[in-house]
Amino acid sequence: MLQYFLKRLLSLGLSLVAASVVIFLALEVVPGDPASYMLGLNAQEDTLAALRQELGLGGSILERYTAWAGGLLVGDFGTSYTYRTPVAGMIADRLWVSLPLALYALVLSTLIAFPAGIWAASRRGSHADGAIMGVTQLGIAIPNFWFAMLMVLVFAINLRWFSAGGFPGWDAGFFVALKALTLPAIALALPQASILTRVIRSSLLDTLGEDFIRTARAKGLSKGQALWRHAVRNALIPVLTILGLQFSFLLAGAIIIENVFFLPGLGRLVFQSISARDIIVVESVVMLLVFAVIVVNFAVDMTYAWVDPRLRRRR
Amino acid sequence: MALLFRSRTLLPGAVLTLLFTLAALISLVWVPYDTTVVDIANRMKPPSWLHPFGTDQFGRDILSMIMVGARTSIAVALVAVGIGMAVGVPLGLAAAARKGGLMDEIIMRANDLVFAFPSLLIAVMITAVFGASALNAIIAIGIFNIPVFARLTRGAALSLWNREYILAARVAGKGSARISLEHILPNVANLLIVQGTIQFSLGILAEAGLSYVGLGAQPPTASWGRMLADSQTMISLAPHLALFPGLAILLTVLGLNLLGDGLRDSLDPKLRRART
Repeated sequence: MLQYFLKRLLSLGLSLVAASVVIFLALEVVPGDPASYMLGLNAQEDTLAALRQELGLGGSILERYTAWAGGLLVGDFGTSYTYRTPVAGMIADRLWVSLPLALYALVLSTLIAFPAGIWAASRRGSHADGAIMGVTQLGIAIPNFWFAMLMVLVFAINLRWFSAGGFPGWDAGFFVALKALTLPAIALALPQASILTRVIRSSLLDTLGEDFIRTARAKGLSKGQALWRHAVRNALIPVLTILGLQFSFLLAGAIIIENVFFLPGLGRLVFQSISARDIIVVESVVMLLVFAVIVVNFAVDMTYAWVDPRLRRRR
Repeated sequence: MALLFRSRTLLPGAVLTLLFTLAALISLVWVPYDTTVVDIANRMKPPSWLHPFGTDQFGRDILSMIMVGARTSIAVALVAVGIGMAVGVPLGLAAAARKGGLMDEIIMRANDLVFAFPSLLIAVMITAVFGASALNAIIAIGIFNIPVFARLTRGAALSLWNREYILAARVAGKGSARISLEHILPNVANLLIVQGTIQFSLGILAEAGLSYVGLGAQPPTASWGRMLADSQTMISLAPHLALFPGLAILLTVLGLNLLGDGLRDSLDPKLRRART
């Protein structure tokens, strides 16, 4: 286990380095000089040079990369070109919106998908199964930002149960803030819950066809007991992978949904930074999201190996 | 023709897909109203006989906008899937031909790396560098498709390389490139068609999302995602502005997904099981 863990840890580190190089190089070729963008057309050459120095724009590509990547390691994300404040602080503020939103959506999606998937699998071919499969087919096909707009129309504008957008902040009280995140979380969760329901159902159906389920039934377990004690646990492995993948989709998907609800999260920050040519902020937010994806997938792999020792040897 | 009725989902999927493809094709030669002409007198009219889907805030006919928008959506998604296949399939074939070799290792690690970037992030980066346009949306979705096809092709090709007929081809003196082209590729083609349909539908969703946040097609190109973005501030006054473009996306994606399911069931009975 330890050897496997170390090997995977090494590959995790390599992936992070490779990702940071890709992101840095991609955004390094951006045309236009942030310093002249900030100071306008009439800036003096020596003022420009001084500002470039201050923003860390001098030096070779390699020097700039090591300065940026080294800073990331110790939590220094550089200084925003437009706001002149530390990027780390800006990201931390926004993270308090985006991260809870993604987690909220993940919880909702899991809470919907597990009962629905297990129920559909245990009644394969029934009307309930057909209805659940039909709804998930729609849930996968619906653009979630459109679903979000329809929810705003119904629940915020017509029924006035929720506000149409904005975020009061966690200082306004936990439940007040949570309420503001509810419609966005539902919109984010719907497609993911649909996919997860299908994965759980098909994984469970595969497991229910295995010999050990027949054995369990033969030794006198009821259908329900065989399902809960033996099938559900064994069906979890493919479900775990999808859950890991979904977290990254939720984080990235939040970028769009935040725009529907005017939530001050990472997504809005990215778009504001793109239009302001604040490349260092874009760079850091993208790196942070990719970091999250890579680390979550690593965690899923580790959980696997822990849950199912067979997988350790196979690799 | 019998193929169409072998699966429950194939026919409705094919009909929906055909419907939107036709709408896009017809819009090339004819639309009910010119979508570039502003008609303020008729702005935000609800659906009527003259305008079945109503008009938007500039008095443009929404049915015509949706037909033109279908063109954008389908073109972007189709080219993006094309890029994914054109690059991903050869990479997958090459990786499988030398399993465990240096080439395989490099291709698969590069794939893992691209996989760590959700398509939206690729689009964000490309837009930050080159600005927003339909072309950049195509590139972003295309790049995201590459590892999907590379992995699928490699996985399927690996299992084929152990077959006797491949051994026979080897004994006959064929090189691995020729075997990949002549024997492996035709046998993974079905799988690629099915996955292509699914990626096509994901591409349509991605294009809509990107256009919605302003990273996709720019005015005056009509696009479903941007129609939705434009309708957002007026949704309480004129809900039909948001209703029809959204329905168009939903039905196109649904049609493609049903078609993909149906094709898989019909083309390969071995794969017949609940789609995930």
